[in-house]
Amino acid sequence: MAEIQYQGRLHHLQKELMAEYYAALTASAHGSGVPAAYLLIGGNPVELLRAFDILPVFPEVNALQIAVKKQSLPYIQAAEFMGYSSDNCAYVKADIGLYFAGRKTPFATIPEPSLLLCNYVGCNVYMDWFGHLAEYTGRPTFQLDIPFIRTQAGAPSKGDVEYVMRQLERLVERCEEITGRKLDEDRLRESVRLSSLTGELWSKIKHLTKHAPAPYDAYFDSVTMMAPLYCLRGTAQGLAFFETAYAEMTERVAAGQGPLEAERFRFVIEGPPPWPHLRTFRDMFTRWNAVAVASTYSTVGGLWEFGFTHDPDRPMESIACHLLEWNLTNRNFLQRYQQIERYLSEWQAHALVIHSVKSCRLFSAGQGDMREYFAKLGVPTLLIESDLEDPRYFSEAQMRNRIDAFFESAGHRSIAQGAAL
Amino acid sequence: MKYFAGVDVGSTQTKCVIIDAERRIVARALVDTGSNVVRASDRGFAAALEARMIARERVACVVGTGYGRFKVSFGDLQITEITCHAKAAWLLFPGTKTVIDMGGQDAKAISVRDGEVVDFVMNDKCAAGTGRFLSTAAEALGLGLEDIGAISLRARNPVRLSTVCTVFVESDIMAYVAQGKKTEDILGGIHSAIAARTIALARRVGLEPEFTFTGGVSLNVGMVKMLEEKLGHSLNVSADSHYMGAIGAALFAMEHALARAAG
Repeated sequence: MAEIQYQGRLHHLQKELMAEYYAALTASAHGSGVPAAYLLIGGNPVELLRAFDILPVFPEVNALQIAVKKQSLPYIQAAEFMGYSSDNCAYVKADIGLYFAGRKTPFATIPEPSLLLCNYVGCNVYMDWFGHLAEYTGRPTFQLDIPFIRTQAGAPSKGDVEYVMRQLERLVERCEEITGRKLDEDRLRESVRLSSLTGELWSKIKHLTKHAPAPYDAYFDSVTMMAPLYCLRGTAQGLAFFETAYAEMTERVAAGQGPLEAERFRFVIEGPPPWPHLRTFRDMFTRWNAVAVASTYSTVGGLWEFGFTHDPDRPMESIACHLLEWNLTNRNFLQRYQQIERYLSEWQAHALVIHSVKSCRLFSAGQGDMREYFAKLGVPTLLIESDLEDPRYFSEAQMRNRIDAFFESAGHRSIAQGAAL
Repeated sequence: MKYFAGVDVGSTQTKCVIIDAERRIVARALVDTGSNVVRASDRGFAAALEARMIARERVACVVGTGYGRFKVSFGDLQITEITCHAKAAWLLFPGTKTVIDMGGQDAKAISVRDGEVVDFVMNDKCAAGTGRFLSTAAEALGLGLEDIGAISLRARNPVRLSTVCTVFVESDIMAYVAQGKKTEDILGGIHSAIAARTIALARRVGLEPEFTFTGGVSLNVGMVKMLEEKLGHSLNVSADSHYMGAIGAALFAMEHALARAAG
């Protein structure tokens, strides 16, 4: 029962490229003149920013990086001292704390924003987050209002798409004001083309975990690929990263290599990781030779594995569709169920683990029902709870107890022998 | 004769059970866990060995369970108490479909088939509805934990508690005492509130008879009666229900030793 400490080409390249990205953020903070836009991961329209050479800055990514380095608590506490509730989203608190601490992190100095782009896709707390940042930074927010998917079929209406496209046109005008130059449509098409190729590779990489053994853990290793997916998508470097990653993962499939010595359980996981305790959390699954073959979290910034791709011939429309339909947080609960059902069935998984986030009631609400739904289908389902950013909400003994008991019972049952659905 | 041991290191008490190859309980011991978990497991095991003068070498396998299971330094294997309670319930009451376990810090419901866990739910990081809640209530009333169950049975007009929070229950109790409510009625309300919360928890795995009630709180006659009333069904309660985790662990120890011997 051991995890192979796999550090391949993609890991090294990720570190190199992310270091370059963070160096650009620091340079912007120190007056390089390159404007920065704060935006949210859910359905991020980075392609449009690329066309203006505006640096995308993801406060969520900064917050989680701080948490992984076990440095989030002082920032959270600073925000609580300001008056933010202990129940408030801990990403928000860590970011606000960081802002008032001078925006200096071990990996970058975060620049002041030229644009606060609040792409509302399902989280109304985030609207307040950016509202507060507007107050603190003195910059106005640009609010993208993305209609929630309201039908089980899951397709936005034509009116929804047009509504979002009109807002994107206004966003273009705002970017023109900030940069002092007109939109170069060829550059936008090129950025969307690069995103399209990147998304296709990411989709192929995700389908590789249908192999047994899965060549990588679709939760713990996917996060390595998610940072370039957001921060570098729409660039040549971003595409190069995914070409390297796909080549490497294909080699691993051919060699029958997985992230564990042996693959005993294949599970699907819902919810973001407990970043401050990532290593400990991973070890709890490694101990059981359990590998995540699919994760909903890895679709929080975009859902590519079910056929979506950006279209350089319809750049604005495909960005609108990405925002509307092809990212996890804008999808309704029935669609979230369908997504997990497809993973369980097509990725041949035995079980579902739901990691509920204490300080994110919006996304976690309904996960009790989700557990019931899958339990009724006969899928062994475990619901555990901690937090994505606040280290105080992680009780190692209780978490370990639940995970151990879950896999102990799974070991007794036929689920270890085949797919659940 | 070979023996097999289970050591259940709980948050409050450490229980050890030794069984023989016929699955008969030959020794049991109970010690307070205290602050040194490693020492508690050593003391518990030593006390059980001493109770029947069993030499350590004759114990073929030891399984640790409970929160301190990884601290049982002499353990051959660690298994969660959830799996162990299910196993023990099956041994003592083979028709068990639902195990309700109330310990010092945990309340759990386990759906069981033939001794194997089908599903389980637990209280979250909160002592509401656990033994700790009852001991806080007993202390607030100046009573012994072992007495409150019997006293609660005398309740005629049980109070309605506004909270099942272990932190706030004390002030709730004090308010009722100040109002002149009878001790038995306060205790009746406390037992009713915890039983209702536990059943709500158990409903999530399905309330399928037979029910087996385990853990330290199963020694509380008031809680047994209250659960039975609310469930509309009798509960299996063993005189050894406090030791269920350790019994299950000892059964696993036997299976493990047999599997090891078989190569």
